[in-house]
Amino acid sequence: MTAIVSARNLSKRFGTTVALDNINLDIQPGRIVGLVGPNGAGKTTALKAILGLAEFEGELSVLGLDPRNDRNQLMQQVCFIADVAVLPRWITVDEVVDFVGGVHPRFSRDKCKAFLAKTKLKPTQRVRELSKGMIVQLHLALVMSIDAKLLVLDEPTLGLDILYRKEFYQSLLSDYFDEEKTIIVTTHQIEEIEHILTDLLFIRDGKIVLDATMEQIGERFSEVMVNPDKADAARALKPMYERQIFGKSIFLFDGLDQKRLTELGELHKPSIADLFVATMKGTYQ
Amino acid sequence: MSAIMPTNKFSWLVRREFWEYRGAFFWAPVITAMIMLAIMLMMLVVAEVTAQQHGVNLNVFNLSAITSHVSDGDIDQIHSALDVSLLGLCFPIGAVLFFVLFFYGLGSLYNDRADRSVLFWKSLPLSDTETVLAKLFAITLLAPVLSIVAMILLQIGFLVLITVYFMFHSVNAIPLLWSPSHLIALWFRMILRIPVNALWALPTVGWLFLCSSFVRSKPFLWAVLLPIMSGILVMWFSLMQAFSLTSLWYWKNIVGRALLSVFPGSWAWFDLSAESFNRIKNPTQVADAFLSLDALGHQLVSLQLWTGVVAGVAMIVASIYFRRRRIEAIA
Repeated sequence: MTAIVSARNLSKRFGTTVALDNINLDIQPGRIVGLVGPNGAGKTTALKAILGLAEFEGELSVLGLDPRNDRNQLMQQVCFIADVAVLPRWITVDEVVDFVGGVHPRFSRDKCKAFLAKTKLKPTQRVRELSKGMIVQLHLALVMSIDAKLLVLDEPTLGLDILYRKEFYQSLLSDYFDEEKTIIVTTHQIEEIEHILTDLLFIRDGKIVLDATMEQIGERFSEVMVNPDKADAARALKPMYERQIFGKSIFLFDGLDQKRLTELGELHKPSIADLFVATMKGTYQ
Repeated sequence: MSAIMPTNKFSWLVRREFWEYRGAFFWAPVITAMIMLAIMLMMLVVAEVTAQQHGVNLNVFNLSAITSHVSDGDIDQIHSALDVSLLGLCFPIGAVLFFVLFFYGLGSLYNDRADRSVLFWKSLPLSDTETVLAKLFAITLLAPVLSIVAMILLQIGFLVLITVYFMFHSVNAIPLLWSPSHLIALWFRMILRIPVNALWALPTVGWLFLCSSFVRSKPFLWAVLLPIMSGILVMWFSLMQAFSLTSLWYWKNIVGRALLSVFPGSWAWFDLSAESFNRIKNPTQVADAFLSLDALGHQLVSLQLWTGVVAGVAMIVASIYFRRRRIEAIA
């Protein structure tokens, strides 16, 4: 199976700061990949390189194309939403649908009309008259009506209330995603997208620190709730992270035999948010 | 399909420019024309009231008698005078067009970077070259054509106004004012000016596009102050003497061409020196200087036009380069 995105020694420097540090990754078709990292870790830089919006060093191939030179061709197969505020404020709903229909060979006007019919958007409304949530509904309707192979979402739900956020990911899953398509998404609200992801990429200081499928994560990481009397025994096994709750200690282990851990206490599957905190501790220090 | 797509895409890109700048491209000249007509109407009413108060009877100006008694040469003079007044009437629309084009050029590759909507445009399968060329089309042809339409409508409105006014005084001005061959010749020459204006405007268009695509903030300051400061430096240090040229030459040919060439018909002013201005004695000569096919033809083979074209194209190519690379601006 050929990778949708394939990077070898991908690097990017801004002056003396290293935004991307020799990244190697492969993203397979039919996956929903969460690219997660603290602020300034290089998420947006990586996405920009993939979208042909930034220069970089190393090798990067997206759908077999070089995003630097073939951006125009690439955009026939790639869609992206770069946060909520990028639709031009002067354009009307009708105009933007007409325009995308006019310039994008893989856009279906009927699909878009059907998506918009489910919202409160009116054809003559200008983007500047819409709330943030409605702008995202419009942008999502446009993007979902394009039969693309790769969809890149960079903080697509930033600043939206939880109703819009839930609805956003719900429509993506039920009306858009299939095994032919690939989605890369960055967000700080990982707990909300945890259940839709198939793959997880953690990025820190320009490096990929975790690259795994969700199944692998379930097998590799375990969380144990330990009574105080066994806490020292647990610490001896070198946990990634420890936190206290109701007088008990919760330990996060990487790659330990789960049978052995059950002897210490109650075993859980760690949440992505806890895994994230454990992996990224010390980032801002 | 792929063979048809590019032209179709281009028309959508041009439509996009029109949608965004509908107010500037369409309404600005139309409203200016309506204001001009309103002013003309008011002036006629004031003239009428004043004439009534002083007991002046307009019937003494027997236009039909005039037209039947004057020679063909005089008729030509009258028509030239009419041309010049009809053209002068349109001057405010030309001035409005100058500001429209200037600020359109300045914002064309900057505004969407400032509000980040460039990220939306860049998410579509459009090349940066196509995008810039559509903007070039809008600034050199679309907006000027819409202005010419407004100008012609204003002229027709003005002639109707005058004709009706004379009619109230039982004077038939139609044979004198409404000579179809003459009006069509005037409009034909106005339309012919569009491509010459477009070529002449390229250095300013190129400069505005370049600033617009390059700067991270404050495009107006960059675009205006940079040429003016350079002109002041050239004056202070008399740099142009090295090329046996004056500082005035620099102001006119570099600063002026970089900033003012989008003024419609500015090439005609560019050629007018003080003495050639003094030589103008009658309306025919004014019409010749600004409207004649000779003046157009002369401009089309002039070195100053084509060096400007070369400089303009070079700056437009540079702006395409920056459009590819400079995405974020500081709003």
